[in-house]
Amino acid sequence: MEALARIAKAAAAAGASAADAKNNAAAGSAGFAYGLAAIGPGIGIGLIFGSAIESMARQPESAGMVRTTMFLGIAFTEALALIGFVVFILLKYA
Amino acid sequence: MNQVDSISILAMRDTGPAPEAAITRDLVKHGLIAAPVLIGGSAAIWGSNGALSCGYGVLIVLANFSIAALLVTRAARISYALMMAATLFGYIFRLALVSAAIFFVRNLSWVELLPLGLTIIISHIGLLFWELRYVSLTLAFPGLKPKLKNSQSTFSTSDESTVKP
Repeated sequence: MEALARIAKAAAAAGASAADAKNNAAAGSAGFAYGLAAIGPGIGIGLIFGSAIESMARQPESAGMVRTTMFLGIAFTEALALIGFVVFILLKYA
Repeated sequence: MNQVDSISILAMRDTGPAPEAAITRDLVKHGLIAAPVLIGGSAAIWGSNGALSCGYGVLIVLANFSIAALLVTRAARISYALMMAATLFGYIFRLALVSAAIFFVRNLSWVELLPLGLTIIISHIGLLFWELRYVSLTLAFPGLKPKLKNSQSTFSTSDESTVKP
């Protein structure tokens, strides 16, 4: 946040109008928020797949059910990233 | 250490039926059923541009599911290590594809970003919850697997023989 404020100040010092500085800060914030929104699902997918591999190693005969649950779990986790992306798009362009 | 203990799970591969493909077929089928409702709702609120954007959003979601299933299914046939790579890097790859699919069309005249974004979120989560209805009961109590009159089983697993009541 401090970095974004610094960007806005630098833009203002460079002669950009207040509206331009605000737009630049908004674009930076939106990109920053989208990046943050993608981190959580990335960690979540890693955890899901790690647990799935562990389950398949313990009980290979249940691999089909584990993969079913894993696929749905990954898709649900990915929904968080999609929400972040859609919010980014709406804030930036709508 | 005997030979069985020394085999890594990552070196193994799955040659059984692919549940991801079956789930995705089901998701696509449900998506095609739900699409007219979503498109009709968007058309009522945002007009024809909203309907087109909504249809494009449904297409993105169904393509996203299909690509995910294709990557995981193909990779599992080769090795679990590759499946891990396909799952983790596939997430980034598919997110980039969705981003590109929206960025390339965002300035076109028929694109309304609000219905497009809402459709992506609602259809993605809605389809998953719809599919979960069939999967959750089956996982906890295989004997309660829903039986639909006019359709086949929603998916098959490698231990299909144990699922029968």
